[in-house]
Amino acid sequence: MTTTSDTGVTRAEFCVIACAEVFRDDGEVMASAFGTAPAIGSRLAQRTFSPDLVLTDGDAALMVGAPALGTPTDSLVLESHMPYRKVFDVVWSGRRNLIMMASQIDRTGNQNISAIGPWAQPKAQLVGVRGAPGNTLNHPTSYWVPNHSTRSFVEQVDVVSGVGYQRAAAAGPAATRFHAIGRVVSNLGVFDFETPDRTMRLRSVHPGVTVDEVAAATGFELVVPDQVPETRLPTPEELSLIRDVLDPRGLRDREVSG
Amino acid sequence: MADKRSTLDELVGELRSGMTVGIGGWGSRRKPMAAVRTILRSDLDDLTIVSYGGPDVGLLCASGKVSRVVFPFVTLDSIPTDPHFKAARQTGSVAATEYDEGMFYLGLLAASQRIPFLPTRAGLGSAVLEVNPQLRTVTSPYDDGEELVAMPALHLDAAIIHVNRADAAGSGQILGPDPFFDELYLGAAERRFVTTERLIPTEQFASEGPLQTMNISRLLTDLVVETPGGAHFTACVPDYGRDEAFQKEYVAAAGDPDAWSAFRQRFLDVDEEGYQSAVREASEELAARKRAERAAKAAGEAS
Repeated sequence: MTTTSDTGVTRAEFCVIACAEVFRDDGEVMASAFGTAPAIGSRLAQRTFSPDLVLTDGDAALMVGAPALGTPTDSLVLESHMPYRKVFDVVWSGRRNLIMMASQIDRTGNQNISAIGPWAQPKAQLVGVRGAPGNTLNHPTSYWVPNHSTRSFVEQVDVVSGVGYQRAAAAGPAATRFHAIGRVVSNLGVFDFETPDRTMRLRSVHPGVTVDEVAAATGFELVVPDQVPETRLPTPEELSLIRDVLDPRGLRDREVSG
Repeated sequence: MADKRSTLDELVGELRSGMTVGIGGWGSRRKPMAAVRTILRSDLDDLTIVSYGGPDVGLLCASGKVSRVVFPFVTLDSIPTDPHFKAARQTGSVAATEYDEGMFYLGLLAASQRIPFLPTRAGLGSAVLEVNPQLRTVTSPYDDGEELVAMPALHLDAAIIHVNRADAAGSGQILGPDPFFDELYLGAAERRFVTTERLIPTEQFASEGPLQTMNISRLLTDLVVETPGGAHFTACVPDYGRDEAFQKEYVAAAGDPDAWSAFRQRFLDVDEEGYQSAVREASEELAARKRAERAAKAAGEAS
């Protein structure tokens, strides 16, 4: 196992901790998590500080507890049917906290997973807006970007899929009523929008990463506080849950190295 | 009860160029692929395809039969994007109407309920409103006065879905964990077509699964076609999972004109029976290749 800090904790493990923190104090809501670090993070949160979280089996059900990634479907204990049609009931009720991925994210929290370049004839067609427009207006949404660069952290995204703070405000009270962009977790650090004008702020850097590195990899001016803390260390219990229980095959290291 | 049994050719014979056609399933799951393959061999063109898109959209785009795709995503699930849809968008060969997943659901629901629109927050502030200048908002007539998106009904000329079991009268049974939005595609359409893994006598439904798996009523169907393997290579659980090896081959072939032409000749320029036997052959070839690789590796380790 490669490590970037003298604590023996890998970069991927700091990303897992940062993702887990997104679900702190959530109570009984449906946690949805796309990407490996968010999937481990949501399970870690459920097993530690957010025990009432409700996790999905990745198909059409809610499951009991937080088993290891890749647990075969037939050994999961299911507690409720959750086909896509019912997922929308949950989304529109607000009882959900979500980490989506972002191909592009910008200063005010707009996310793009639809297309790179002009929408009418894109340079690169991506998957499509999916549920991002509705998710961001109905329940808290955070983002995971495993490859932080000036290509992913951009001044303005090309196609607004998930809606950021300024655009929600411009769209009126029906758009802002339940709108909340929580955090952005990348392989370099953690970001939030806890600034007066709701633009992106550097919340913490992962140990081994400097503020200058983050700024250089970001395509816009970040708000950087005088003192930038490091992303917190996992507790020994958390580390053992990540390594021995939730991700014994080390899938997290394939997503983020170092 | 009316006998709605039919064939793939008769089903596709009911479609006309220029129609708006809804295709059930979700991504690379329970897509009516046998019907899609039959459309590929037809002389239809100028179709508008409405789909939670998967390889149905990709194949139809590759065949040049599509003028517009209405979608919230096009994905192969285990592979994020479909190569043919990607190419069609990037060369501008198809027009696009892109909605949020939930807006798409409400559009089908509104059409099913014969109302002009359903209100939603989804879409506000996003690019969806900019790239769909036809969309309007509606102000709540109640004290809250909220201004919401009025998602218009998505009317379909025809809809095609694929289910695990059906009877001759057109009732359908979905045995997998998610019925997706298939019922709503049928509800939104003028002509409603169901293909199925297996036609069974109605009284057998109960031994296949509980009442809530009998979720397509004959009120919603005009024709039913038995076509085993009809969702291949997409997943049709519990009958079969996604054929990941075949899906990879589909994607690899799409990247190279010669490979695509060979793929098309082998798998698409043949009728459904020819397709199913070509798939069986291809899968046996793959298994033989893997056995040979394992044997070569074992021999290498022994020497």
